[in-house]
Amino acid sequence: MVTRTVLDAADIDRAIVRISHEIVEANQGTSNLLLLGIPTRGVFLAQRIAQSIKKNYPDFDIEHSLGKLDVTMFRDDLSTKPGREVTPTEIPVSNLEHQTVVLVDDVLFSGRTIRAALDALVSYGRPKAVRLAVLVDRGHRELPIRADYVGKNLPTSSTERISVKLTESDDEQSVVIEQ
Amino acid sequence: MKHLLSISDLHRDSAISLLNLAVEMQQVNSRDVKKLPALNGRTVANLFFEDSTRTRFSFELAAKRLSADVVNFTAKGSSVSKGESLKDTVQTIEAMGVEALIVRHHHSGAANTIANSAWSKSAVINAGDGTHEHPTQGLLDALTIRQRLKGTSDKGDLSGLRVLIAGDILHSRVARSNLLLLRLLGAKVGIVGPATLVPDDARILADFVYFNFDEALSDNFDVVMMLRMQRERMNSAFIPNETEYSTLWGLSESRFNLLSTDTLIMHPGPMNRGLEISSAAADSPQSAILDQVANGVAVRMAVLYKLLAQETSLK
Amino acid sequence: MKKNHYILSNVQLSNGTSVDIEVKDGLIKTVAKDLSGADVIDCSGLIALQGFVDLHTHLREPGFEQSETILTGSKAAAKGGFTAVHAMANTMPVADNAAVVEQVYALGKSAGYVQVQPIGAVTLGLSGTQLADLGKMNASQAKVTVFSDDGKCVSDSLVMRRALEYVKAFGGVIAQHAQDPALTVGAQMNESELSLKLGLTGWPGVAETAIIARDVLLAEQVQSRLHVCHVSTRGSVDVIRWAKARGIAVTAEVTPHHLLLTEELASEYNPLFKVNPPLRTQDDVLALREAVADGTIDIVATDHAPHPADSKDCEWGEAAFGMVGLETAASIVKTTLVDTGLIDWVRFEEVLSTNPAKISGLTDQGQGIQVGSFANIALIDPATKFKVDAVSQSKSSNNPYLGMDLSGEIMHTIYRGTFTVKNSEIQNLGAN
Repeated sequence: MVTRTVLDAADIDRAIVRISHEIVEANQGTSNLLLLGIPTRGVFLAQRIAQSIKKNYPDFDIEHSLGKLDVTMFRDDLSTKPGREVTPTEIPVSNLEHQTVVLVDDVLFSGRTIRAALDALVSYGRPKAVRLAVLVDRGHRELPIRADYVGKNLPTSSTERISVKLTESDDEQSVVIEQ
Repeated sequence: MKHLLSISDLHRDSAISLLNLAVEMQQVNSRDVKKLPALNGRTVANLFFEDSTRTRFSFELAAKRLSADVVNFTAKGSSVSKGESLKDTVQTIEAMGVEALIVRHHHSGAANTIANSAWSKSAVINAGDGTHEHPTQGLLDALTIRQRLKGTSDKGDLSGLRVLIAGDILHSRVARSNLLLLRLLGAKVGIVGPATLVPDDARILADFVYFNFDEALSDNFDVVMMLRMQRERMNSAFIPNETEYSTLWGLSESRFNLLSTDTLIMHPGPMNRGLEISSAAADSPQSAILDQVANGVAVRMAVLYKLLAQETSLK
Repeated sequence: MKKNHYILSNVQLSNGTSVDIEVKDGLIKTVAKDLSGADVIDCSGLIALQGFVDLHTHLREPGFEQSETILTGSKAAAKGGFTAVHAMANTMPVADNAAVVEQVYALGKSAGYVQVQPIGAVTLGLSGTQLADLGKMNASQAKVTVFSDDGKCVSDSLVMRRALEYVKAFGGVIAQHAQDPALTVGAQMNESELSLKLGLTGWPGVAETAIIARDVLLAEQVQSRLHVCHVSTRGSVDVIRWAKARGIAVTAEVTPHHLLLTEELASEYNPLFKVNPPLRTQDDVLALREAVADGTIDIVATDHAPHPADSKDCEWGEAAFGMVGLETAASIVKTTLVDTGLIDWVRFEEVLSTNPAKISGLTDQGQGIQVGSFANIALIDPATKFKVDAVSQSKSSNNPYLGMDLSGEIMHTIYRGTFTVKNSEIQNLGAN
């Protein structure tokens, strides 16, 4: 197997910081912002983005602005890719009406996970707006979905595998292309 | 195809994983939109060859909350009363495009027969077969016990807990499924009842056996689960009469008052108030009877989700 | 080849001696070494035994021809090495009168594969209350000597006593289906830990043993002959052993399935294993095997009970009781008793031929492979192993042994000198 590292640990850290700035800028501040990580690695990325925002905007209320959204039960490939464990969804506000939700995931590929996430989200309420932040956009979309905040655009062949490793889950940090 | 026919289809980890999934389903049931798309476009049939409104409703709601289409078949007024065989009934319903059968039947093993037969390709869920098992009842009882005694966020087993099951063990599919599941999850289970209804062989299923209700109750169980006493048992000389049964084996108000206020009271329903359980016990804050009913929907959603959406074996 | 004159060469008899057998005009003409003078059929490696006699066969005709007919049941019997079967009385109409038993007898004769000896019902319509035409059935052409309500127990003590007394006059015997009806209401399988686990209503061993105990005492009281059908428990064996020691005229049978199969087979609710009396425990199986070896149990009888496919392709509780057994009986007895060293071929021949013929009083069967006897011979290859498949002469396929590996294949069956089975193929007897 041929592997190629496209982002190292420092690249990833920088991308997170940049995305956090872009989010706050687009939101014109940190109020009514809700970051929802999509398990597994999207949850860790959302946590890091939240911490990065907090560093620059001490008023940022992480407790009510960071959650997770499990999309497993909303997927359209349940029967072909069985065995995914369902994890708890945590939405730290009771009403989504005034919230700008930023979905956070590691890799944007076909777009199907995000479609499931949008469905999952509407079963909790009607947010003011929904944005999408991803660490890597590798193309090959199968649905009309695009990311608002991208760590790195990575044109890939569909046969390649993108492997995202984060210290929280993998003890190391990198984005690697495997062939 | 994957089935849930008996608690013995589960092992400890898969049982806990089902309970945890049921907790996620409880969240769905508390949302404004109580619906998941997981079984969108799938068709589930409730095949009830024996009356049971509450179990049928519970399964129906569970399937509908997962967006499945649900059809109901009840034996009363159906072709079964015209002498149609189980095979013909199942084949007919499957020919209409049903993918899962939720089966309640008066014969033990009927769900197994369908699952093992050459004439059914559906996933089969046993919703109570004869005097054999009622696995989703066992699961909902385990979930109720865990949430009431270990907290709603607990994700583990039932070790350290002691459960007493009282009444007609011999004929109770609820008792059978509970005995198997609660012990699988590490609880210690006692059984108590008249010797005609707690046969010698039942001792292999339980950790403790009593033939005296007061003696059993004095042993400080965390849960007392009363079973429904079927009145037709009197005719087959299992017990002398109703009065004797309620005197010796009923959870009367006075027996209930002797229990610790932490003791959880359960009953699978429908209750014979005044026979096996007093209103004082059934309606007390210690009673988990309505929790049991509520948890039934979540547990059945979890089972349907596992079997149909994920198409994974429960093992 | 002239069919009525041939020599079976190099056969081994049950006592181990190797001989040739000359058969002529349906009789055994010579038993000696190195015979010649007729067509020689090489039987090296085969054991020649008296044709088997089944004391307990459900041929289903008249009334249930969708399950079996006398012809198809006879063929299945021949395939299993039998030259005589006893047709149970629970037909429709019930064989409780001379007309029905004569009809069964005549149909058996015209089929021609085995001797079909009807069993008469003990009570009218198997009702258990009023005696059937016992004397008239005995006096009929069918010469019925064995009477049984099999499928149902003659549970009324007085009726049982009277029946035992009544048949004594003409040397008859009551073959009891020992099952206390009150103790077995709705019973589905052996009462045990397993029945409790499966939620199937138990059939306690005591329901059999208690009736046997009562019946041997009744037989003693009226000095008559009792035969106990399909003994299934260790307790029943003990009671019969006690009765025999006491000098009571009791004989007992066990089925091949009770010698081999156990209740665990019910675990998947597969109705192929639903039978009455039910499959018991391994302990019972071992007791039954020992009882055959020590003489407590006199015979093996098949209780061949064909049922149409629908009555087994359903839930356990709705399924019919019973399994077919004629074609596999000899192999199972060999596997469970001979191969285990419990009995030799002499005892094998006794339990499958000599003793059942004696109980029934058949003079043309089980008389030994000796000069002058009818040539009723089963030739078994003790070495061949085979897998039980669905191919059967029986009309029904409720065969619990499907897919099992057995040994001891019946190579030839000869009924009154005629090959009914040759090279394990059923022969067309033309007349049918």
